[in-house]
Amino acid sequence: MPNLIKHYKKVLLLALPLALSACDDDDTREVIVEVEVPAPEPTPVDVSYEVTVVNLTNGQPVSPPAIVLHADGNLWAVGQVPSVELERIAEEGSSESFLTLGLASAGGDGPITPGDQQTISVTIEDITDAKLTIAAMLGNTNDAFTGINAWDLSQLAVGDSWTTTRPAYDAGTEKNTESAATVPGPAASGEGFNPTRDDSGFISMHPGVVSFDDGLSTSALTVEHKFDNPVIRIQITRTE
Amino acid sequence: MKRINILSAAAMLALSSQQSLAADISVEIQNLTHGLYFTPIAAVVHTPDASLFEVGEAASTELQMMAEGGSIDGITTLATAAGADMIANPAGGLLAPTMSASGDVMTTDGNLMLSVVAMILPSNDGFVGLDNWEIPTEAGTYTVLLNAYDAGTEANDELRGSGEPGMPGMPVPPPLDPLLGTGGSGVAGADTNATVHIHRGNIGDDSMTDGTSDVNNAVHRWLNPVAKVTVTVR
Repeated sequence: MPNLIKHYKKVLLLALPLALSACDDDDTREVIVEVEVPAPEPTPVDVSYEVTVVNLTNGQPVSPPAIVLHADGNLWAVGQVPSVELERIAEEGSSESFLTLGLASAGGDGPITPGDQQTISVTIEDITDAKLTIAAMLGNTNDAFTGINAWDLSQLAVGDSWTTTRPAYDAGTEKNTESAATVPGPAASGEGFNPTRDDSGFISMHPGVVSFDDGLSTSALTVEHKFDNPVIRIQITRTE
Repeated sequence: MKRINILSAAAMLALSSQQSLAADISVEIQNLTHGLYFTPIAAVVHTPDASLFEVGEAASTELQMMAEGGSIDGITTLATAAGADMIANPAGGLLAPTMSASGDVMTTDGNLMLSVVAMILPSNDGFVGLDNWEIPTEAGTYTVLLNAYDAGTEANDELRGSGEPGMPGMPVPPPLDPLLGTGGSGVAGADTNATVHIHRGNIGDDSMTDGTSDVNNAVHRWLNPVAKVTVTVR
């Protein structure tokens, strides 16, 4: 039950007794009466978006995208130390904890394979100027992810749609060894999240994967897994 | 006497409104890469007919100095001669991966274009570049993403060597010294494209003692963009 006190409007009644006929000022009094009138409970208005993510890579599954609507600030940004929630996405594609970071969120339904796409709906009540953040792992890497950081949704009216392409980022939490033991995607089925951080410690653009074929002898990856920017296309449509 | 005063006041007003064409701007450069360093940055605000580099054209000697060795002395001389305004070396040396550096400049009337250059390390003659970007007149914050270019002046052998223009190899300042290998045999000969062009990237190898390259292939590669420039017009 919401606090009803919030929904009362203060109404000022200015009572001026009709004493205009009297010339004597003493007979005129001002009385201020404060009455509380219940205002109607506002009906929450749903503000909904559809986010379509297309995988543009040759051989990188995109983990179920985390779509988060939040207030000002960044959930991740180049140059920042990544949160553990982001590290979980970047190292193993698991978005559960990242999805709790905002005001509203929605996760994808399974990974998006190369050439495939997925549309995810997310709804928030009353707020039309939320920030949109998306994050998803490139599965056949150590800690590569893609997404968008705090895009201002106030630019979209109902029916509007915006499309962009996004590059690959490096979470900076795990060295890019590309080894079978450390790449969790289908190319290697190695370890996912590991709380130890042994790389730069900062989010950056991703340098790309080298692969065994291109001279990294410890790599479990092949030319099939190489990518260039951009790696995904995102379309955002405000539906209500 | 009074009339003259009024006239001179009008002249002053005209002068000040003309000066308002000049802009008070700040320029921030962020290194977006995972493992590259930028040498001292030159951010130059100049007239539309001036230029620090053009893709498809041979690099100037001054650009070559910057791209092969990280020295912006030549660029500074060019900028001064062209009456440009300049933010020189805002990072006070190397700009490490994901770090930012910024500077303010009051531009001179007529200097409407921003160009930015800095060498990328490790590389033979790679540089991050912004070429003649028109500074908006409306106050606000603007973002530009930059690519890595190859000056086309030196073979990309990816071996430790010299930063002197015309001398082979890569300069290796202290922070990079422990990260690079030795004893490489050399990756590539002279560039096929001897003009300024988009850099094809480092090849590198996974050996610290031999192989073809002294560059670490799991650390010193990159994909574009490599830098973000944020311009604030006040």
